[in-house]
Amino acid sequence: MPLNKVISISGKAVPVPGADMDTDRIIPARFLKCVTFDELAGTMFHDERFNDDGTPKGHPIDAPQHAGACIILGGENFGCGSSREHAPQAIKRSGIQAIVAESFAEIFFGNSSGIGLPCVCAAREDLLAATALTAEQPATVWTVDLDSMTLSCAEATYPIRMPAEPREALMQGRWDAVVELMNAPQEVAALAAKLPCPTL
Amino acid sequence: MGKTLYRKVWEAHTVGTLPDGRTQLFIATHLMHEVTSPQAFAMLRELNLPVLHPERTFATVDHIIPTDNQCEPFADPRAATMLDALRRNCKEHGIRLFDLASGRQGIVHMVGPELGITQPGMTIVCGDSHTATHGAMGAVAMGIGTTQVRDVLATQTLAMSPLKVRNVRVEGTLRPGVTAKDVALHIIGRLGANGGLGYAYEFGGSAIENMEMDGRLTLCNLAIEGAARCGYINPDEKTFAYLKGRPYAPKGADWDAAVERWKSFASDADAEYDDVVIIPAEEIEPTVTWGISPDMNIGISGSVPSPNDARDTESRKAYITALEYMKLTPGQPIKGLPVDVAFIGSCTNGRISDFRAVAPLIAGRKVAPGVKALAVPGSQMTAQQCEEEGIAQIFRDAGFEWRLPGCSMCLAMNPDRLIGDQICASTSNRNFKGRQGSPTGRTLLMSPLMAAAAALTGRVSDPREIFDIA
Repeated sequence: MPLNKVISISGKAVPVPGADMDTDRIIPARFLKCVTFDELAGTMFHDERFNDDGTPKGHPIDAPQHAGACIILGGENFGCGSSREHAPQAIKRSGIQAIVAESFAEIFFGNSSGIGLPCVCAAREDLLAATALTAEQPATVWTVDLDSMTLSCAEATYPIRMPAEPREALMQGRWDAVVELMNAPQEVAALAAKLPCPTL
Repeated sequence: MGKTLYRKVWEAHTVGTLPDGRTQLFIATHLMHEVTSPQAFAMLRELNLPVLHPERTFATVDHIIPTDNQCEPFADPRAATMLDALRRNCKEHGIRLFDLASGRQGIVHMVGPELGITQPGMTIVCGDSHTATHGAMGAVAMGIGTTQVRDVLATQTLAMSPLKVRNVRVEGTLRPGVTAKDVALHIIGRLGANGGLGYAYEFGGSAIENMEMDGRLTLCNLAIEGAARCGYINPDEKTFAYLKGRPYAPKGADWDAAVERWKSFASDADAEYDDVVIIPAEEIEPTVTWGISPDMNIGISGSVPSPNDARDTESRKAYITALEYMKLTPGQPIKGLPVDVAFIGSCTNGRISDFRAVAPLIAGRKVAPGVKALAVPGSQMTAQQCEEEGIAQIFRDAGFEWRLPGCSMCLAMNPDRLIGDQICASTSNRNFKGRQGSPTGRTLLMSPLMAAAAALTGRVSDPREIFDIA
């Protein structure tokens, strides 16, 4: 199955501010009691957005002016904590197509790249400026462009960063690694024969 | 210049370079649990792929199982569905599952080392961030996501880029009452919850060399809380002594050859590191978190900090959020804060040494009225040892609920969870908002000694004072 090339994402943005936005906040553990990812749409940031009784807390994601946003503007160490792929899956399945943050936790970053959800880094001051602009003019259309490595709108352009390998994989539509991992069966068999395996 | 263990293991397991520049890395051992695997098997089915090396995957059930009553069917049908899926998938693909009736079930990060599955010089992965734990045995171990679980099942390899290596040296002698947990929290406090981004942490120095294996496992377990995806300790005589005789460890003539091989993976004396941090062991106090990130921690004699103490504007905002959530006041001494629950267990502190350390201290004493105290051995093997050594009974006599093995109150995927804004003195690994199951629940991370002291006094206490440790 050919994968889509992830090069440029355009649309409204929504701020999810704060450092160390952990995966328990992105998706509380109770939503992990499932055997598929199919029911995760809409669960992202659940307890950040809703009180115990289900009433909204007034999170930006639920603000009408941010409805339909496809880009998250986050903070430092976004996605830290648990390795649960349910976190980027919930985000992607809730309609988000790119995350811009100051930095990302490694596992979250890898999980996101592996499902074709680009995570790009921007400088703190640029993120703050983009967030302020989005708060002021929520209808602003932003573009995350992996080719020019910019986050831009009509009023502003900011540089973004991403390691070369995942960027390459996303842009070439090879972000799902499994096909390429199957291309070296002999080399893998040789290592499997050589490297110890725990046995009784 | 010499090489680090990280680099040696990486090179030994490199299959080749992928078109995008990443390394195709062979995975020696793959550990599995019920939460992050069912979707991976579904993806395999969709691609019509078999499991390439089922003998290199080991599964257990830990996150969702109740710890009070493990009779089936479970009260929670969703938990039952997840265990059923794991059983079905393991059976279909010929994967060993340490099921409830095996006598070897437990938290995946307990089971690996205990059974000798975790060995030096291996690449080890699991769909669980605390896989860093296994680095304590001199392995390169890291957490992965579910799509990567699929990759490992299908190809026994992963597409990865190497991390940089930071040598974190704890030099000197730890003060009495200071445990591996305190060392880990202190390091995270010093370097920050995001300080390890892009790094593997190689823990070394005399305090680490003198640390027993269970403590080393605790320390490496928490590497990820400092953002280091991987933490490890060079294998030494303590490592080999720990492994000898374990069910999956090499035996007979293979043993000597294995030890020689394992030794060769240790970082060379002149190994090149991307960064070195030296921490004097003497500066570490029994340590406790006050906020909603593991780096928000202080020594037991300290006070809750003020947002004005934060290093920059973003941290200041984080401090304000944390203080509000924790309902704490800047300047308030952490010692004396009342607790509702005390939890000793998890992949961080559910090991035999943890219970052995606490048992003599609480013998003949009682949990404070109104405190719910849970003691949850991390595995069936540990539970059995605790029974045999009389440890379990000491806990029961003191008023702890002595539970069955599982992740329990670490993460709220089973019935053990906080209610409302209860405060929990917890030996687990994350104090994130809502982590222990109540969206307003409050977690204070600490060592088993401090959690035991909190259980007995009903307050955050200095274990050195409560237990006369000097």
